[in-house]
Amino acid sequence: MAGGTVADPVLDESGLHLTEVPPVVPPSPHEADLPPPSPPPRKEPFVSNARLGMLMFLAFEAMFFGGLLGAFLVFRLAAVHWPPPGQPYLPGVVTWINTGILLSSGVTMRRALRAIRDGNQSGLMNGLGVTALLGAIFLAVQGGEWVRLVRYGLTLTSGTYGSTFYTLIGCHGVHVLGAVVWLLVILLQSARYRFTARDHVGVQLCGMYWTFVVGLWPVLFGLVYLY
Amino acid sequence: MAESAVAVGTGQAVHVHHEELGFWRTYVFSTDHKMIGRQFLFLGLFMMILGGLLALMIRWQLAWPETQIPGLRWVPEPFMYDGAMGPEFYNAVFTMHATIMIFFVVMPILVGCFGNFLIPLMIGARDMAFPVLNMLSFWVGAVSGVIMLAGFFVPGGHAAGGWTAYAPLTAVTQYTGVNWGQNIWCISLILLGISSLMGSINYITTIINMRAPGMTFFRLPLVIWSLFIVAILLLLALPVLTSALAMLLFDRMLGTSFFLPAGGGEPLLWQHLFWFFGHPEVYVLILPAMGVASEVLSVFARKPIFGYRAMAYSMIAIAFLSWIVWGHHMFQSGMNPALATSFMVSTMVIAVPSAIKTFNWLGTLWGGSIRFTTPMLHGLAFVSMFVIGGLSGIFMASTPVDIFIHDTYFIVAHIHYVVFGGSVFGIFAAIAYWFPKLFGRMMNETLGKIHFWLTFLAFNGTFFPMHILGVGGHMRRIYNPMQYEFLQPLQPVNVFITVSALVLGIVQIPFVINFFWSLFAGKKAERNPWQANTLEWTAPSPPPHGNWGDTLPVVYGGPYEYSPPGVSEDYLPQTQSRVPHLAAAH
Repeated sequence: MAGGTVADPVLDESGLHLTEVPPVVPPSPHEADLPPPSPPPRKEPFVSNARLGMLMFLAFEAMFFGGLLGAFLVFRLAAVHWPPPGQPYLPGVVTWINTGILLSSGVTMRRALRAIRDGNQSGLMNGLGVTALLGAIFLAVQGGEWVRLVRYGLTLTSGTYGSTFYTLIGCHGVHVLGAVVWLLVILLQSARYRFTARDHVGVQLCGMYWTFVVGLWPVLFGLVYLY
Repeated sequence: MAESAVAVGTGQAVHVHHEELGFWRTYVFSTDHKMIGRQFLFLGLFMMILGGLLALMIRWQLAWPETQIPGLRWVPEPFMYDGAMGPEFYNAVFTMHATIMIFFVVMPILVGCFGNFLIPLMIGARDMAFPVLNMLSFWVGAVSGVIMLAGFFVPGGHAAGGWTAYAPLTAVTQYTGVNWGQNIWCISLILLGISSLMGSINYITTIINMRAPGMTFFRLPLVIWSLFIVAILLLLALPVLTSALAMLLFDRMLGTSFFLPAGGGEPLLWQHLFWFFGHPEVYVLILPAMGVASEVLSVFARKPIFGYRAMAYSMIAIAFLSWIVWGHHMFQSGMNPALATSFMVSTMVIAVPSAIKTFNWLGTLWGGSIRFTTPMLHGLAFVSMFVIGGLSGIFMASTPVDIFIHDTYFIVAHIHYVVFGGSVFGIFAAIAYWFPKLFGRMMNETLGKIHFWLTFLAFNGTFFPMHILGVGGHMRRIYNPMQYEFLQPLQPVNVFITVSALVLGIVQIPFVINFFWSLFAGKKAERNPWQANTLEWTAPSPPPHGNWGDTLPVVYGGPYEYSPPGVSEDYLPQTQSRVPHLAAAH
């Protein structure tokens, strides 16, 4: 009950003084330092909850791949011959083309986002569809290359070379697969006109995730295939 | 009561939609941050009993090796042989004691329970940013706990490679004979990582975006600062463990060779990845307890926390340094001496922010009118035990000393002074302090004080002699110390420790009685029983769905305005402005 009794006696006292002294209260030296009595009204957050949450998730993903990449680099930097003798080289030309396919899907995703920002529903659907298609092509090409590599005798069990390659590239592939499924869900929703120029958080989040998996690929390509 | 006070904050009027939820939505699949916090608390306390019983089994074996443990004759082979523990089961028991205590007791209670319960209440929000994600976080965590416990019942027994799971011991089934136990350990911790990820996303987003009007970052209570920093640490550290666990699982199940020298792999890689996660994890366990201690010490010393900003900045510094010290766990694993020296230096630098915090706690107490309530006693125990644990850490940080004490009971003493003396006293302080807000009733002070003093004595009786054992060369994780001639003269110390540990276990009974008795029959708590400033005490006890009625609180000042000048009471809630008092006083 303590908090409630603070003000009243003080106010009574000053009420008594009011009859004798003019009610001019000189500003106390403390008062100048004190915060203004009423704080400013709450502002809209700089980054919305959904996007901030997504950024956190992407930070988690980045550290996860950081762990896998760290393991890869430990073996890669210590190796004299990479690939180790008797192990096949990774496909170069096909993967360059595949990289181009995945990177262009990043562009089409941005285009889809720009379309919905202008309220262009068909542009959104086209953008999402093309992006999902390019992602699927990327996965298909990679799957085909994996089949060829396995035929050459490179498997998960063939030493650190096979272990790191399949784990790292496979983890990225699973992420692309998940992102393609998400894109298809968003595409289905956009076909029902779920999104508007003002409210399209779902597209934004999916776009952020897609940008992450696309942006991660050149790093993996450079380190695993080219280096 | 606070309604009649001056300048009670009036935030934007948000109409709270009240609807009656059924039993399942209220108590089981709740999206209310307070109920999720309570769920984490009960999960953690249940696991604490299990983890404690495992610890007592370890202690029995060390004091009276290979003798019958009373009451455990019913446990079948291959766990126990007529009530005596076999070596394989002993390995599984100490592995699971650490795993349970770290991942399923301290983290769920300090981060899961108090993070969920306190963040919205102390920053003036109605709930977390993502309530459904929050509910999933608990249930994924609970499922991972069930999976972890299921590991005891698979053929080959539970994981037995220590909580650090060093490869290649854990990577090859033949080495320990443990097959599915280790797989289950990995799967359970991967799931727990996902649970923690969902929690971290919620905590960070909520603290950044959902603070009440006027609640600037430097008006946040220090416990919120600590939880914010912990959420960032978990968000960035756990995925590294997840990747390492995935690689370990692949090594075990799919035939990869990340950690197996036979296939060109590198066992040290596991240690690097594990401790890159592991050292931030250590601060995940201790930082929230530091936050709790800061709240409790300031409230019960009736003084502002000494050096508020220094406290916040030193926690940031500790968190930052935790990323570059992991090598100090690996001095004996084979390391370039130059690298070891740099890890030694970075580790010792942590003593600076830790000392800032310790001296600031002392400065907070200095000249205060201290109220020795149960939470305050636990808070004081936290500070003093943390000092001992912190100082013994400096011994290990210096590489030459570590050569001698590495993997001895000195390390066991150190970790328990930090995690039991630090985190668990923090847990007891937090439970005693926020119990009125959690459950709307006060805990019994007499029982609380009995529990505190007996725990404090038995704790020191258990863990202080371990320093002596360690300096005497007693290795950690050994099954039977009597097998070593040089350890036989130390056996009375082992017996003393075990007797203290049994006492420590028994004196938790007053706590359990107090907890459940107070839950149902304790004195009804008023809104602000401790005369504290922070926002959770302006909500009813326990707070309803949505925490505050139609208006959210508005914040006018810092969280530690105790005994401020110009105010007749010795505290000034954050929702009240000091200006009218001063103006009236002149």
